[in-house]
Amino acid sequence: MQKNKSLARLFVVPFGLWATIFIVLPLFFVLYSGLSDGAGHLTLANLSEIAAWEYAKSLLLSIGLALLSTAVCLALAYPLVLILRRVRYGRGAWIFVLFLLPLWMNSLLTTMAWQTILETHGVLNTLLTALGFSPVAWINTPAAIVIGMVYNFLPYMVLPLYVSVTRIDPSVIDAARDLGASFWQALRRVILPLSMPGIVSGCTMVFIPALTTFVISALLGGNKIMLIGNIIEQEFTAAYDWQIGSALSMVLMVFILLNLLLEVFSDSEGKGARQ
Amino acid sequence: MEKELLRLEHIRKSFDDRVIIEDLDLTIHENEFVTLLGPSGCGKTTILRMIGGFATPDRGRILFDGADITDLPPEKRQVNTVFQKYSLFSHMDVAENIAFGLRLKKKSRSYIRDKIQYALKLVGLEGYEHARVQELSGGQQQRIAIARAVVNEPKVLLFDEPLSALDLKMRQNMQRELVKIKRELGITFVFVTHDQEEALSMSDTVVVMNQGWIQQIGTPESVYNEPENAFVADFIGDSNIIPGTMVHDRLVHLLGKDIPCINEGFGENVPVDVQIRPEDITICAPEDGQYRGQITQVVFKGTVYDITIEAGGFSWLVQTITGHEKGAEVGIQLAPSNIVIMAKPESEDEEAAGDAEE
Repeated sequence: MQKNKSLARLFVVPFGLWATIFIVLPLFFVLYSGLSDGAGHLTLANLSEIAAWEYAKSLLLSIGLALLSTAVCLALAYPLVLILRRVRYGRGAWIFVLFLLPLWMNSLLTTMAWQTILETHGVLNTLLTALGFSPVAWINTPAAIVIGMVYNFLPYMVLPLYVSVTRIDPSVIDAARDLGASFWQALRRVILPLSMPGIVSGCTMVFIPALTTFVISALLGGNKIMLIGNIIEQEFTAAYDWQIGSALSMVLMVFILLNLLLEVFSDSEGKGARQ
Repeated sequence: MEKELLRLEHIRKSFDDRVIIEDLDLTIHENEFVTLLGPSGCGKTTILRMIGGFATPDRGRILFDGADITDLPPEKRQVNTVFQKYSLFSHMDVAENIAFGLRLKKKSRSYIRDKIQYALKLVGLEGYEHARVQELSGGQQQRIAIARAVVNEPKVLLFDEPLSALDLKMRQNMQRELVKIKRELGITFVFVTHDQEEALSMSDTVVVMNQGWIQQIGTPESVYNEPENAFVADFIGDSNIIPGTMVHDRLVHLLGKDIPCINEGFGENVPVDVQIRPEDITICAPEDGQYRGQITQVVFKGTVYDITIEAGGFSWLVQTITGHEKGAEVGIQLAPSNIVIMAKPESEDEEAAGDAEE
């Protein structure tokens, strides 16, 4: 027994090493440089410096756009998953694959594709003009960024939702109908609450990358709309101010942690659909 | 018999070109305990789902109290279902589960509270209002599922193999309990099962089904004692089913011997199926029996011995309460009143319908 246990511990070592080298140490470096000055002395100066409206503004804008993208993803994915639930295995597979496709494509490439679609003289406006509408300024607007985010992150919403909705026993939904619930009542009182773990984890999986992205906002926002991710990127790559960049990353991490805590908390509350 | 409540007329149902039910008629009365009994795939659950509103027949109609409810959605029917897997709402406690239907109907708080108390008392789970569903045992979940259905005061309660997940003791308890609940509520129960013992011990009426066809409708005693065909005889209880020929009234030719029986009206020299229950066979001295043979197997089953006797070219299953020696030479004696003569299926279609699903 004892021997088996120590053997089992041995298997943990590679993962422990991995986590230390690639997760714990970098986090520590970020914390250290965020809380120190250029000479290596600990200070809170970086934090007071980033408490400026300029930074807060882009943080708020980032949170706003990330929330909006998450909401759009949820609104698109939930009905899709409800439909997929009804389609028997195999038949719905191609719809499923269609929605997961962005997952297997390089997000830089897909975002550049959206750039050509949304450009002032791009595909979309050419189409609109041909149909007799006046062209719309898409590119370099928050709307363009949200479109890019939704396109890239939708699969992360679809997957957990699909898992949690298909896990609901169909007879539980039948039972709700049997007891007098219309389809919408069954959806609100039974399907939605039972799929809550999927909703929370889907929202987290979309919200966090949407909050931290800088590629999508750079390409579709044309560096006019500065999200927090873009500012951090520039602090590191253009301004070479690692202290401020790290301090900003720390603030961002607080929001991500809050989001993860929310998920963990709701997961322990989540009771699972099946008994 | 009480007033007619449910009537299924010329029901046909198929799934993906596979015909489950070809043409079925069934009438269910008020305050009747009807059991649909048959092997899996015989269409019994499909019938239940059509009564509940979860499936629509391809053809035919369903009448409830005289009104056509064929296309009515489940939430508009005065029928509630107790599902096989209980299907309780795991995100609600016991009281919320029971109140689900009443809240949708916008009943008052005090009404709902009283109903919850009443239903919990009915199923013997007083004090469990705030228990979480997952913390209950299978039997308790089953009772909550019944309570949740009953509070809506349905005229018909449908049960889809609700006891199949319970262990034997619990199942037998629930069988008695269900009969008690049924008596107290005074409503119609339609119960689906593949367990013949369950069907016989609870029902007023047993509907034996196979491959979408009704094989026999009758009281538990009549389907057991007077099966109409070999399928029913074989499916309900243990049976010896032997092909024979009806020589004339009151005489059947069986395994090379003419055996007296009490059946009439089959005609002369007509092929028939002969059923003899294992407990109806008398073992006697070799020279006294109608057939003579050897005991090849003796299995003790608790209350009876299952004894296999090779005699007249047939393996007889005999049940006795006293043990016998394996290998012994014995005789078999059949009393005329214990021989059940069944007509052979007439057409190929009926043959298929009567085939036992092993």
